[in-house]
Amino acid sequence: MNFSLKKILFKRDGTGAIDSIWYENWISLRKNRSAMFGLYMIVLFILIAVFAPLISPFDPLAQDIGFRKLAPFTGGHILGTDDFGRDLLSRIIYGARISIVIGFFSVAISLIFGSIIGLLSGFYGGWFDRFAMGVTDIMLAFPYILLTIVIVALLGPTLLNAMIAIGIARLPQYARVMRASVLAEKSSEYVEAERSLGVSNSELIFMSILPNCLAPIIVQATLGIGGAIIESAALSFLGLGAQPPTPEWGLMIASSREFISNAWWIVTFPGIAILLAVLGFNLLGDGIRDVLDPRLKD
Amino acid sequence: MYRFIFKRLGLLIPTLFGVITLVFFMLALSPGDPVRVMLGERANKEAVENLKAEMGLDKPMSEQYVLYLKRIVQLDFGKSIKTGQKVTDEIAARFPATIELTLFAMFLSIVLGVFIGVISATKRYSFVDYASMVGALFGVSTPVFWLGLVLIIIFSVNLNLLPTGGRMDIRYYFTPITNFYVIDGFIHLFTKGDPKVLGSALVHLILPAVTLGTIPLAIIARITRSSMLEVLKQDYIKTARATGMSERKVIFKYALRNALLPVVTVIGLQFGMLLSGAILTETIFAWPGIGKWLYHAIEARDFPAVQGGIIVISTCFVVINLFVDLLYSVINPKIRTE
Repeated sequence: MNFSLKKILFKRDGTGAIDSIWYENWISLRKNRSAMFGLYMIVLFILIAVFAPLISPFDPLAQDIGFRKLAPFTGGHILGTDDFGRDLLSRIIYGARISIVIGFFSVAISLIFGSIIGLLSGFYGGWFDRFAMGVTDIMLAFPYILLTIVIVALLGPTLLNAMIAIGIARLPQYARVMRASVLAEKSSEYVEAERSLGVSNSELIFMSILPNCLAPIIVQATLGIGGAIIESAALSFLGLGAQPPTPEWGLMIASSREFISNAWWIVTFPGIAILLAVLGFNLLGDGIRDVLDPRLKD
Repeated sequence: MYRFIFKRLGLLIPTLFGVITLVFFMLALSPGDPVRVMLGERANKEAVENLKAEMGLDKPMSEQYVLYLKRIVQLDFGKSIKTGQKVTDEIAARFPATIELTLFAMFLSIVLGVFIGVISATKRYSFVDYASMVGALFGVSTPVFWLGLVLIIIFSVNLNLLPTGGRMDIRYYFTPITNFYVIDGFIHLFTKGDPKVLGSALVHLILPAVTLGTIPLAIIARITRSSMLEVLKQDYIKTARATGMSERKVIFKYALRNALLPVVTVIGLQFGMLLSGAILTETIFAWPGIGKWLYHAIEARDFPAVQGGIIVISTCFVVINLFVDLLYSVINPKIRTE
């Protein structure tokens, strides 16, 4: 009882107590070298995305037909040019904007809606729970890459729809994770204590239960951003995402496929960019998981 | 045990029903008129109406849904808009190619993944361990479609060792019997004494299988390592060692067997994933399987083909997951009582 009351206070008056929990987590995360390396990579990519106009040496869309398929380090083009004579490095720099935004945005969709569904399902149970879990079961019965492709094909091939499709296809996983943790928290002593004190349901859900269910969902989300970046690139590669001449990494790979025999760099460098960005999120995600949820450690 | 199997089988039917229903409504409610796709934008109104009536698309949606269910139960997916052939025939013709590719990719990733995982766990913190885990991390972070193209650049374009795509060298005329080209190759070898067909089939499989198998390989290696580390801490391993048993026997007879439990689950999950991962791999390597076919059907808004393809792939996915669950309960009796 004592413990649970303390926990209520932690959640209630915010600053001091909550800070200390997250601060402790941050300290142990900082000791994890690979997680920090991942974080630095992410920060670097975000900086590149934000300052793209300042750091890119050329206009990513400017075509220069006289300088098509230049090899790296020729004519001032560090990574060479593509089949339209556009500077590859500048296109990759601008591509960071698209991939980072898609990664965060599509994860936000599954995170927000998945969490709400999971919270309500777990807390109230009943017909809503049965219905929601029935639907997630069916959605999980599709391999999600297939589900994503079908959704985006139905909505129409644009970047925005690709984001939405990725968000929807991954949503059931978040709902499941959230529901499982809510069910565990719901039967704990501190929730019973608050109930007996007459705390309202909405306050219980958002002030007490939700903060305690965040750890697994944060882990899921961090690892999910990397996955979303790969998936959006894959969709664009298939022609179901960004459309030319957008400097999107997957699309850049797709449109250079026919030149792989004589211009390897046009295919190679955008792929390395995807790999590094995803690696950053996976490193950080693994680290956060080890800190927040040691049971899941592998 | 039987009760568990029946209970789990009982869950299969509502799930499949849900999948079939969801596919129907996704396509029925999507923008884009299949009849317009078939006849072209400039078809006259009468022709459109006639074809709609013929396909039953003029009926109310509830009636269409019932008709659709009736057809699906009879395994009738209708005819492809693009080719006019029966969708079931088209799928049957391409399925062996996908299964062959998936099995090879899975074989590769299980053998290598378990091997790397065991080595990493037994030589923890060694150079081999670090190298394999960094490799695995790169493996899960790699975009598969890009990896396929890079492998083509290295092994086909520059080294000229392996073919860039397809299943068989076009110079070899032979009549497929099973449509599993490796099996056909063996048949050819034994009946005609000619190893070229088998050789060509295997050579064509290497790059696509490596590409498709990279992510499962990385995941299996990671999970095997962590599971092995967990098991090696157990008392019964200490006991086994104390009896003076050779380390090799301790690891392979006692530790690995127990460590494989979570690995089996992951393998099952990945197997299902591969069926859809094949969409990308097959597109890159011009592999005439169901993934590439389904992708082109989606692109062309060939609704009957899309319906059939999704239902078949999802059913495989669900059945494989069921099979893994059952297999898991056989290996781990604790599950059954829950």
